[in-house]
Amino acid sequence: MSVRKYLARRLLMLPLILLGVILIVFTILQCFSPAQRAIAYIQSTEDMLYINDIIKKYHLDDPPYIQFLYWFDNLLHGNLGFSVSARMPVSQAILTFFPATVELVMLAIPLLLIIGTLFGILSAVYRDSLIDHFVRVFSIGAWSMPTFWSGIILLAIFYGGLGMFPPGRLSTQIALSLIQNPIHQYTGIYIIDGVLNGRFDVAWDSLNHVFLPSLNLAILSSALPMRIMRSSMLEVLGKDYIAAAKAKGLSKWVVIWKHAVKNAIIPLITVSGIMVANLLTGVVITETVFAYPGLGYFAAGAARSLDMPGVLGFAIFAAVIYTIVNLVVDLLYAVIDPRIRY
Amino acid sequence: MGSLKPIISELKFTFKRIRQSPLSIAGLIIIMFYVALAIAAPILAPPQPDRDPYIIPNYGISPIPQPPSSQFIFGTTEGQYDLYYGCIWGVRTALRTGIMVTIGVLIIGIVIGCIAGYYGGKIDEIFMRITDIFYAVPTLVLAMAIIVLFGVGIDNVIKAMIITGWPTYARLMRGEVLRVKNEDYVLAARAVGCSDYRIITKHILPNAIYPVIIMATMNIGNIVLAASALSFLGLGSPRGYADLGWLISLSRNWILGLPGNPFAFWHTYTIPGLFIFTFVLGWNLLGDAFRDMLDPLIRRR
Repeated sequence: MSVRKYLARRLLMLPLILLGVILIVFTILQCFSPAQRAIAYIQSTEDMLYINDIIKKYHLDDPPYIQFLYWFDNLLHGNLGFSVSARMPVSQAILTFFPATVELVMLAIPLLLIIGTLFGILSAVYRDSLIDHFVRVFSIGAWSMPTFWSGIILLAIFYGGLGMFPPGRLSTQIALSLIQNPIHQYTGIYIIDGVLNGRFDVAWDSLNHVFLPSLNLAILSSALPMRIMRSSMLEVLGKDYIAAAKAKGLSKWVVIWKHAVKNAIIPLITVSGIMVANLLTGVVITETVFAYPGLGYFAAGAARSLDMPGVLGFAIFAAVIYTIVNLVVDLLYAVIDPRIRY
Repeated sequence: MGSLKPIISELKFTFKRIRQSPLSIAGLIIIMFYVALAIAAPILAPPQPDRDPYIIPNYGISPIPQPPSSQFIFGTTEGQYDLYYGCIWGVRTALRTGIMVTIGVLIIGIVIGCIAGYYGGKIDEIFMRITDIFYAVPTLVLAMAIIVLFGVGIDNVIKAMIITGWPTYARLMRGEVLRVKNEDYVLAARAVGCSDYRIITKHILPNAIYPVIIMATMNIGNIVLAASALSFLGLGSPRGYADLGWLISLSRNWILGLPGNPFAFWHTYTIPGLFIFTFVLGWNLLGDAFRDMLDPLIRRR
């Protein structure tokens, strides 16, 4: 089947699965009484007086099927309720905290891909050497290490011991200077915005703060690509076409880069969905440890304050992102490997 | 049952491979050490009488952690909780959590997987769509949502992890059942007139279940990791409960140490962290080695 048909089929599955997630969330919410659910929409304690009006307004005591229509309609309009932990509507909280997480992940993904694939390749090419043993030990160690523990150790060594890479997103001086002379926010990502506005001190400060959390995320998440790359390269290097290429007289590194790596990378694409899921959970813990005000920090704060709309809003958002990423990965897979078109 | 000789010779080969692999021996030793530690907890760190043994005793109210001394082998953490007691009973909590989640996940996963795989058709479709929906949300996020909805506490952590964990095992079981379903002995059993229940329990299950059990034991490390992460975020045990994740969350305030001595409180984060790390490492080492050893395609390379 062509790429187009495959794409169409997968695009059709996306809203169905999301609908399933939303249905489950809605069903769980039904376990609570109308008054309890109405609390999701109040913004201050005075509003509690009007709780019956809120119940009427959001149709919280109507039969479930009617309720679902109104709730879903609200969802589509971005009304996910009010988050008490962030003191703003949930959708606004997500939009506010999202750019910080993008900045973090933007730095972490290239780091983890480069570390993972490079060491995986080297480990396979120089099998049973020192580097191979180091890679195998490291990947199992990183896989077993709690994200929060490595974050705390990194903070203790670099921030506590050496005074570099402080936690948080910006230092107080830069934050104050931004309040006095605000920069135009093109993306919300301070590294990019700082450069675009000519404020290199803002960009540098942001980089300084985001580096350690990214390193934490990257090092722990690189274990999976490292192992996959290693086993995949080992399998590919044993294949006939590699022997043929060597027999043709191609130099060792040309064979590795032009033939082996290209084929070995395919299983990596398969697990990139899992890697994104790991990143989403790693982000929650890392941002909490480093007090980095991103989406994970918001989610952890919401969970700790038992802020139901906040956590559910984050869960739905994470599901949307994860499903989209899986779709993109599947498409990429179908495009790159012509054998996979079913 | 058939002849015993091939079973014994395969077992002997498995043990030989275990002996040859230093990593798996290391993993085995680590795990045996921790299991022994957990079982011997009441002897190693005697609980105070008339108290829930999982509550860590605290000796005073000062928030400043005390370094290791002759009285407190590992020192104390914020609020003067005895770290030695906390770590030993924390390992017991971790093991208990891992085992209970694994049992719950196995029971649900095996039952659903068998039904879906054996009967196929609409039932299979429904269950697979349900697992797809669970797969759409990352596990920790879903667990967080479940705990916020139903309340904080280690029992809800266990329930939340069972709810988020069963889809993987159901899928695996279903795959194995599909593979075994078309074997000749199943057809023969059906021809003789065995009931569905008898076919599933006596013929399909014993042949399909090994990968599922292996995967479950391999995963105990990850379960403990996720449970301690939830405790770290404050969603697990209450204050004072012996939980390694909670102990590390206490240490966050003491990363900077004292002026002039940045590592003054190293024991608050290093010691509980080492316990979790080596615990999970042991399981992962063993799990890796087991997979290399028991997978019939890799066994005799």
